[in-house]
Amino acid sequence: MNRILSFCLLVALSIGLSTVDVRGEDNSQEEDLHMDLKTGAHDENGAKAYIQHHLQDSYDYTIWHAMGWEFPLPVILFDDGLHIFSSSRFHHGESVASCDGKYYKIYHGKIYETDEAGTITMGEHGHPSNPKPLDFSITKNVFTIMLMGAFLILVFSRMAKSYKENPIPKKGGKFLEPLVLFVRDEIAIPNIGEKHYKKYMSYLLTVFFFIWFINLVGLTPLGINVTGNIAVTFALALMTYLITQFTANKHYWGHIFWMPGVPVPMRIPLALIELLGTVIKPFSLMIRLYANISAGHVVIMSLLALLYVFTNWMARGAFLGLTLFLSVIELLVAFLQAYIFTMLTALYFGGAVAEHDDH
Amino acid sequence: MDKLLHEFSVGLFFWQTVLFVIILFLLRKFAWKPILNAVNEREQSIEESLKAAEKAKEEMANLQAANEKLLLEAKEERAKIIKEAKDAKESLISEAKEEAREAAAKITENAKKEIESQKNAVMADIKNEVGTMAVEVASKILRKELKDKKEQDKYLNELVADIKLN
Repeated sequence: MNRILSFCLLVALSIGLSTVDVRGEDNSQEEDLHMDLKTGAHDENGAKAYIQHHLQDSYDYTIWHAMGWEFPLPVILFDDGLHIFSSSRFHHGESVASCDGKYYKIYHGKIYETDEAGTITMGEHGHPSNPKPLDFSITKNVFTIMLMGAFLILVFSRMAKSYKENPIPKKGGKFLEPLVLFVRDEIAIPNIGEKHYKKYMSYLLTVFFFIWFINLVGLTPLGINVTGNIAVTFALALMTYLITQFTANKHYWGHIFWMPGVPVPMRIPLALIELLGTVIKPFSLMIRLYANISAGHVVIMSLLALLYVFTNWMARGAFLGLTLFLSVIELLVAFLQAYIFTMLTALYFGGAVAEHDDH
Repeated sequence: MDKLLHEFSVGLFFWQTVLFVIILFLLRKFAWKPILNAVNEREQSIEESLKAAEKAKEEMANLQAANEKLLLEAKEERAKIIKEAKDAKESLISEAKEEAREAAAKITENAKKEIESQKNAVMADIKNEVGTMAVEVASKILRKELKDKKEQDKYLNELVADIKLN
């Protein structure tokens, strides 16, 4: 088991490290948005750009830009064949990267195919009309997910191992076991029922700890915003949706397509509404998590930016206090959102396997 | 909405799905199943232990009650035995007394009978003696009668006196 764990960690690390050696070149054109904060963020536009930059995914992993603690990540593009190269070729989005005769440029956090000079032509909606290659890059968020996944597996498999020696948990397990039991006794069993909850436990526990830990990491100064990405929450909600539909029993489908106890002519429009409902439920999951986490990040980053916008030390002190206060609230939100997502997921699962003996 | 759709990253979605499924299966195999099994086993063993403790307590109480009952019975038995022993002693003593009394009575009876028979024998002897004496006296009287009347009386008196002496 240890070998598999070490392998996962190794893969996660090597993806990061393999690209580090390429970043030897001098990044002289440091007009990065990070610099805006130092030089030009003393106005609202600079702060706004900085926040937007933070909320977006990134092709480099920056821990502390000013200290040079950053490393590039691999860019993987499907564009008439596979193109894999280090993100250091973009020079933090300033240069045009060339790979196998194709030229790419980052514009507002997205990779576009361009000519050698890196011309971006604007379309109707204010978005570039350049062709977008299919982008499967290991971005900052993907890399964070890998690390957190490895961390989760490491922590919980160790905890599982400790039970073999002693049925009473020690160290980390002492803290984590009540949470595992919380998911089982407060989320799974009341919503799904004693009979069916077991098959959903793995998913519920993984979702809960994945969202919670990723949310917590998002509150660190590492500048990570994984669950504030619609793609991530969409993937999670989609999984909940698929599991709900594929494990549902005949009562569930019966209630959707041929609602019992309702006049027959009403059953057809009801079926449409119910069918739509099955999609709306996970859709609300997706939006809720995304909106809560991005909003939290925006608020905290805005308050932090205000520290730079204002020069009055009293205002700065007030905003510092407010930031601190909201960070504590965000700690709560990190847990709450993980709880709500897991709880509603369990509720939907419960609806899918309910027995409906009362009809 | 347009912004959301524009920002949607297919790559991130792809990696999130793939990685999440991998994490899910690895955690399921190496963490959740062993953890939940261990916790279930522990909960079951706690429940069983509690039940066993309850049972042991009950058994203990039963045992104690049985012990007390046994003790009570033993006490009763002891009292009974002591009483029986006392009764036996008393009856033995009274029997012995009775026997002794009977034996004594028998001895007395025998002695009385012996005395009676002895007395009878002696009386018979005396009677025989008196008879012979009377005969002797009569013969002597008869001899002297012929001589003197006075003498005769005197002699008779003497004889009578003799008898008294005898």
